[in-house]
Order: sequence, then structure tokens, then C-alpha cells
Amino acid sequence: MTSSDAVTSTSSAAPAVGGRGEPLVSVRNLAKYYVRGGQVIPVLVDIDLDVYPGDYVALMGPSGSGKSTLLNLIAGIDKPSSGEIRVAGVDIAGLSEGDLAAWRAANVGFIFQFYNLMPVLSAFRNVELPLLLTGLSRGERHERVETVLALVGLTDRSDHFPNELSGGQQQRVAIARALITDPTIIVADEPTGDLDRTTAQEILGLLDRLNRDIGKTIIMVTHDPKSAEKAHRLIHLEKGVLAD
Amino acid sequence: MFIPLLILRNAFRHKLRTILTVVGIVVAITAFGLLRTIVDAWYAGANASSSARLITRSSVSLVFPLPLTYAQKIRQIEGVQAVSWMNWFGGVYISERNFFPQFAIDAQSYLDMYPEFILSPEERKAFLADRSGAIVGRKLAETYGWKVGDQIPLRGTIFPGTWNFNLRGIYDGADKGTDQSTMFFHFGLLNETVKKLYPRRGDSAGLFVVRLRDPGQAAEVSAAIDATFKNSLAETLSETEKAFQLSFVAMTEAILLAIQAVSYLVIVIIMAVMANTMAMTARERSAEYATLKALGFSNAFVASLIFAESIGIAVLGGVIGIALTFPLAHAFADRMGSLFPIFFVGEETLALQAGAALLVGVVAAAAPAWHTARVRIVDGLRAVG
Repeated sequence: MTSSDAVTSTSSAAPAVGGRGEPLVSVRNLAKYYVRGGQVIPVLVDIDLDVYPGDYVALMGPSGSGKSTLLNLIAGIDKPSSGEIRVAGVDIAGLSEGDLAAWRAANVGFIFQFYNLMPVLSAFRNVELPLLLTGLSRGERHERVETVLALVGLTDRSDHFPNELSGGQQQRVAIARALITDPTIIVADEPTGDLDRTTAQEILGLLDRLNRDIGKTIIMVTHDPKSAEKAHRLIHLEKGVLAD
Repeated sequence: MFIPLLILRNAFRHKLRTILTVVGIVVAITAFGLLRTIVDAWYAGANASSSARLITRSSVSLVFPLPLTYAQKIRQIEGVQAVSWMNWFGGVYISERNFFPQFAIDAQSYLDMYPEFILSPEERKAFLADRSGAIVGRKLAETYGWKVGDQIPLRGTIFPGTWNFNLRGIYDGADKGTDQSTMFFHFGLLNETVKKLYPRRGDSAGLFVVRLRDPGQAAEVSAAIDATFKNSLAETLSETEKAFQLSFVAMTEAILLAIQAVSYLVIVIIMAVMANTMAMTARERSAEYATLKALGFSNAFVASLIFAESIGIAVLGGVIGIALTFPLAHAFADRMGSLFPIFFVGEETLALQAGAALLVGVVAAAAPAWHTARVRIVDGLRAVG
């Protein structure tokens, strides 16, 4: 079994790169605002958006445009003020906190700007972490981790702790962690924001491969046009409103 | 083993901080245990007393003796099974520093009344047969290296002169709560000597010990004894042996309260220190806990990680603290000599120590766990450790 086989074998989203049909992510009339000192501050206003299986979408916009907020809402780590978010047919805005956590565990792979690895765990155990929420046996978990670490090219670094890895390697561990549960979507918030240009290109290349070869649906926030070039779709946000 | 490993590694992430916290808990739990043991030692006499025995003494003061003839009258009172009597001797062995209690007792009746003092039949027989004989507790004998057959000279203070006693037996306690630091000798020897030297002081006892037929009748029999001697030249005050012992404890109640307050204060202080440590720890790891929640772990799981870490540190400190209490209490008892004849770390103290350690762990984690569980994931991810 190849690395790609291992990950795609349980994929819940049909890989159809750039394909159309039923949207995997469907956002309707989405709004998010905060109340600060009695004042209502709109962050996202009346957002409609569809993301299809196998899409590689880049959310772009200046700081404060609401792109990270939109990503967080789609990933189910924030709640909208109004509107609907459906992912693979599930209205996640209506889920309870507990159900939402279980939904995230099964459907979302996270890639953060600063990797957000557990510093006290080895690369291997960091990748294994999300599998603790599944019913897999220890042996099955280890088999999967080895496969995914091989996919991101870190087999020889599996016993290393995050502080023993470079930024690029840490991000690859984070990508492996995002992949390990074979999620419906992968959300990446400025995945190259903390990396130098060369390493950033490697990470973007890896994400591109995941999308192209495995058919992973990726939604990425970036303010870097070079990073956004890899995506199939660019979505611009300006002051909480979709620009195109 | 994944989760225990994560908790363990988290706990020792800042080794110095964790070690200092553990040391703090060790000191607090040890101090708590030692102070509790001191308080227990204070109450040891009362706790070891029997509910089937009464003490009858002068109603004016313990220093005034009662006529020995009272023994016969008390024996005739309804509900009384047996009577014995004793006198505080107050002798000095070599120097004033070697303090230990000595009592002149009516040996036969006294030993019958106190079965918790265990003597071999041979030693008992030898003691009863020798008017200058004495018996001592095992702990006292070990303190001064005495063995059966030795001569023990005491310099009398209340009853002047040099008194030489033949050590005829070493008694053991029926349990570890029995006093083994006392010396007993024959009342007859004391009485005869006193009668020769001070005729008016003879034939009197410091107090009478009364064994009841039914412990439930203690109040009635006490009242009956005191009524018998009412309006006499030496009125009596009868009370249970426990009440008698507690009257001594009551004299130092303020000190005991202070010791108890300090023992609990120590726990409160370490609780605050530990809570601060856990709050700092949780704050530093806000982004990590938020990441765990983003990955799908529940709020309860994240809170349980904090509780487990806090309880783990507290229990580690507690176990070391409890273990250290024993040698420390032993050293303290040695240093105090016979001031505390019964001094041991009780089971209740151990349970309280364990409970205190656990409580410290739980209380210290409560606020940070609650806050971490409630904080929004997006806010946690923004936090800088």
C-alpha cells in the first residue's frame, strides 16, 4: 500500500479536482459581528460561498478583512452570528459544542501558521494525537502514522520533538497531523506565514500534491499572492464582504 | 499510555518550577502531619483512657490528698466494682532534665485495673513481692538503658530523700496508644516512709481510680461518690478518666488551637501557591489546549488534563511528605524526651495528609481548568504562551 492509497482509501469526499456538482462547503447569508463596548462591529457580512470536493481555495485579503474568521467558521471553531454553513450536508452552525467537536475530529484537518504542535510529544505522537478520538487500535494507529509521515517525508524524524525540527519540518508534521484522520476538508491559516521563501515553496508544493494526488479539499488563508498562486480559486475579502 | 505520558511530560516541562512546587507541597504536608501528630500526642492520654474508670480527687485541687479510708467507702457505693489509689511522686533521676512520670500505686489493685499494662507473670510476681520494687514502661527502659535487676535511684522533691528502687519488670502496652514512659512503685513504701518522716501526711492518696460495673452509669456513680463525701473535710470531685485527662489538655487549649490553626494555614498557603502555578501553566499553554479542542478533544478532556497534572504533582508531594513525616516525627519525639509519652503518626493523620494533598491538587486546578474549558478556541489560538 502506498502512502496515497492509505490516506485516500477512507476518504469521505469524492476527489474531483476542481469538479462541480454538489458543493462540499455551502455558506449562505453568513454574518459575524462582535459587540465591543456596546458597539456592534461587523466582521463578515452576508457571505455566500460554495467550495466543491477537490477544490483548492485561497482566501485572500488585507488584515482585518475577515478571512481567518471565515475559515474558522467553516472549520467549526467559531460560531456565526447568523446564516448557514453546511459541510458535506451537515449544518454545523446548528451543532452543539460537543457534537461540533466530534464533527471537527472526523471532518477537519487543521494547519496553523505557527504549527501548534505539542512540544512535549514527538513528531510521531503529534501525528497520532487526533487518532486517539477514533476507535483504532494502537497497531492501526501506528501503521497510519508511519504511512502519513512517509507521505510528508519525515519518516526519519518521527522520534524528534518539535524543538528539534526546523520550521518547515514542523509544518510538515502539522500537515501529517491534519491528514491522519482523512478529513473532509483541510483548513490552513497562513501555513507559510512563518517560513522562509524556499521552505514555504516546499510546503505549498506538499499541499498542492495532497490536493492533486489525493484529492483533498483545501481552504487556505493567505495574504501572500505567491502562495495563493497554487490554489485553483482565489476568493478576496474586503472589510468582511466577498470582493468577487 | 499516550495520555498519561502527555500529562507526565507536561508536568515536568518546567522542571525547576515543578520541583519547587513539589518541595513546597512536601514541606506543607510534612508540617501538617507533624503538627497534627503533636496535637494527637496531647490528646493521647485522654484517647487511651477507659470509659469504665472514674477518677476521684479532691474537689479543691489535685495537690490536696484524700484520706486513704475513702477507698473502703467508695468500694461500697452501688455500681463500683473495684478501687485503687495512687500518688504522684515527682522524683528526679540524676538531673532535672531526665523527666518522666512516677507514681506510687497500690500495685495489686492497680495492675488489675489497668490490663493495658502488660507484664510477664514472673515480673508481676517479683514486683508484688518486693516492697522496693518498681516497674517501668518499655520506652522508658530503652531511653535510659535499664534492664530488670537494675537499681534506679530517685531524688524526691515532694517527698524528700534519696529513694532506691529495684527494677522488677518492664511492661509493654496493649497497643501503641498505651503510655510506656511511666514508672510505678509501691504505695506502701511511700506511705510508710512518709508516715515516719511526716506523720500528718500519711495514709492519704492523691487520687482514687474507680472501676465501674457498668460504664453507662458513670454519671450516677460519680455523683454518688461525691455525695458521700459532701460536707466532709475533704470533698471529692469524681469524673471519667477521659474527662480527667482532658482537664489537663484544657489548660493548654489555646496552644493546641494555635497549632491546629497553623497546620491548616500551611495547607491553605500551599494551595494558593499551587493554584498560582497551575494558573500560570494553563495560561502558557492556552494555544496548545485550544489546538486540542480544535482537533476535536472535548472541553472536559482538556480540563481533565489540567486536573490530572495538578493532582499528580500534589500527590507526588503528598506521598513524599507523608513518607518524611515518620522519620521527622521520630526525631521530634526523641528530641522531646518524655514530654510526649505517646507520640506516633496516627492513621487519621495519614488520611488527613493524603486528603489535604488531594484537595490541594483539585483546588489548584479548578480555576484554570474551568477557564481553559470555557475559553473560545479562536481566543485560545491567539494566545501567546
